[in-house]
Amino acid sequence: MKRTFSAALAAVILAGSAWADTAKIGFVTTLTTPAAVIGNDMKNAVDLAMEHLGGKAGDHDLEVIFADDGFAPETGKQATDKLVKQDDVDFVAGYIWSHVLLASRKSALDAGKFLISTNAGPSQMAGKLCNENFFSTSWQNDQTPMAMGEVLNKQGVKSLYIMAPNYAAGKDMVAGVERTFKGDVVGKDLTKWGADAQLDFSAELAKAKASGADGIFVFYPGAAAGAFVKQYQQAGLKDVLPLYSVFTVDAISLPKLQAAGFEDILGSKVTQQWDPSLDNAANKAFVGDFKAKYGTYPSFYAAQSYDAIMMIAAAVEQAGGTGDKDALRAAMKAADFDSVRGSFTYGNNNFPVQNFYLREVVADADGNWTTQVVETVFENHQDSFAADCKLP
Amino acid sequence: MDISLFVIQTLNGLQLGLLLFLVASGLTLVFGILDFVNLAHASLYMVGAFICASLTFVLGNFLIAVVVALPITGLIGWAVERFVARPLYSRDHLDHVLATFGLILVMETLAHIIWGPQGIAVPLPAWLDGQVALTETLVLPSYRLVIIAAGLAAAAGLFWLVNYTRLGMLIRAGASNRTMVGALGVNIEMLFALVFAIGAMLAGLAGMLISPITEASIGMGNNVIITAFVVIIVGGIGSMKGAFIAALLIGLIDTLGRAFLDDIFKLFMTSDAAENSAPAISAMLIYIIMALVLALRPQGLFPPKVR
Repeated sequence: MKRTFSAALAAVILAGSAWADTAKIGFVTTLTTPAAVIGNDMKNAVDLAMEHLGGKAGDHDLEVIFADDGFAPETGKQATDKLVKQDDVDFVAGYIWSHVLLASRKSALDAGKFLISTNAGPSQMAGKLCNENFFSTSWQNDQTPMAMGEVLNKQGVKSLYIMAPNYAAGKDMVAGVERTFKGDVVGKDLTKWGADAQLDFSAELAKAKASGADGIFVFYPGAAAGAFVKQYQQAGLKDVLPLYSVFTVDAISLPKLQAAGFEDILGSKVTQQWDPSLDNAANKAFVGDFKAKYGTYPSFYAAQSYDAIMMIAAAVEQAGGTGDKDALRAAMKAADFDSVRGSFTYGNNNFPVQNFYLREVVADADGNWTTQVVETVFENHQDSFAADCKLP
Repeated sequence: MDISLFVIQTLNGLQLGLLLFLVASGLTLVFGILDFVNLAHASLYMVGAFICASLTFVLGNFLIAVVVALPITGLIGWAVERFVARPLYSRDHLDHVLATFGLILVMETLAHIIWGPQGIAVPLPAWLDGQVALTETLVLPSYRLVIIAAGLAAAAGLFWLVNYTRLGMLIRAGASNRTMVGALGVNIEMLFALVFAIGAMLAGLAGMLISPITEASIGMGNNVIITAFVVIIVGGIGSMKGAFIAALLIGLIDTLGRAFLDDIFKLFMTSDAAENSAPAISAMLIYIIMALVLALRPQGLFPPKVR
């Protein structure tokens, strides 16, 4: 009896180790510097996703290892190298910043790992540098500002002043809005970015005001957002130079702006592929549980990170583990999981083909500042670089 | 070129220059008199901003918060002098750099633990949050003028303190020959602690003044400390007058570069090339100035007379 039991136990253990392998996910984001506020939001979303999954993808265990990119391409690459070589992860996910992702891509892809961007969407990686093992759960950088350009046309804005940080994504954002905006761009400023970013915009705002433009388009993610919005209000530009922004006014900056009473931001319009008010079951569970657990609205960074973990879990389950790379790739490409943005498909370059919405900053029923969808700007929109990508 | 825009940009440059002076003056004071390299000056700037931001929410008024936060920052500066700087005076500059760099990491991590990573947006009283119209076309945020006024007042106060008071006389004497001052019966340790605390308060004041424009955030000091070092190198290390003139110079060059460089470039290159090269060149401009000064006049523009 005893003998049969131990034989059975051994069989179970053997069987267990044979096919309930652990899928390891490395997650690179910014956990130090002021930009850690974004990284923490993403980490919270990943933790929530793991909680919703019970730490399992079907029979397989999931494990997430976080790494800090320090808001710098060289540190991000080192973190990626460590995840790939030392931890031998199956998936490398995360990446807020385009320049960090561009610096890290080779480390992950050359080692045959899957690379999943949960935010950055540099034009290069959607076009010439596309790769069958690279997936995005966010957008290509140009898409969101393209939607904003369309909104500007509809609102009758004839001339525009543009401000963005001087790095890969900043340039993509500017290119994106210029691609769809039909009026004149009367001025443009690219400001210093990185750990010692320029946060005092007095010179640029004075120029913008003097330009006599109908509106100002800006892209200032993370901590720079609060600084920009405050100086915009202090300069008294709300009635002279209406603000149209992407990735600037979000769940990261709004609570701070509300605490400091910057009322001018209410009613401001932004474009995005996701919103906490989107009506689908996955989003309701995500937003509700996120608010209950962390006390704030999730940001779009959080939504995209949550989606990435859910997509990986679904793919691991559908492919029956991490052994068969082709099956995993096919499963991810099918995007057969409950995305919080609603269902979407992947284009040939593995960037989502998805809707973009116009959102407005409002106070919710409890008085907290958030955004809600006004209208759909683009339906099933594909980025402009997909044609440059050689993948079928 | 539009004259009123030029005036506005000059005032913006002046404002940046005065903020730089507040940071650089403490740096040059501590280096010139104590012969101590204090990288952690940047952390005092950050700590001042955070304390002031928290107090603004507690006390409900930004200006009162500044008044209360200043002595607290001075006290922290005093503690840094007593426990970190003082044991290291006899060591060489590399030890100063190592110790104060360590202090930056400690203070930033403490700030992270106390205030969290997200930073604090500081609200201004309504009468400071508007704009002042100097002429019809010349409209400036009123708070920018407050910074200019506060910066000028601090500079004047410092000038008076160093040149026309007994304390200032001792500070100048200590800078020329500290052993002799000690031999004459002056409590040199006390004097040094005071200088350090004044430097901390000046850095803290700069941080407090900038926080309603940007915000109190971790690492905010790193933005300014490098530029402050450029200022004291251009001005002449240890020279208060040099720090003042160099700070205004750097502030103006940086702001006017950002404001007008692309227009200037467009005169002789294509619009696209100008738009791409202007941000890069304007970010480099102050370092080019520093390199020129180091090459042509390594002691700085206004080196202190006795050292």
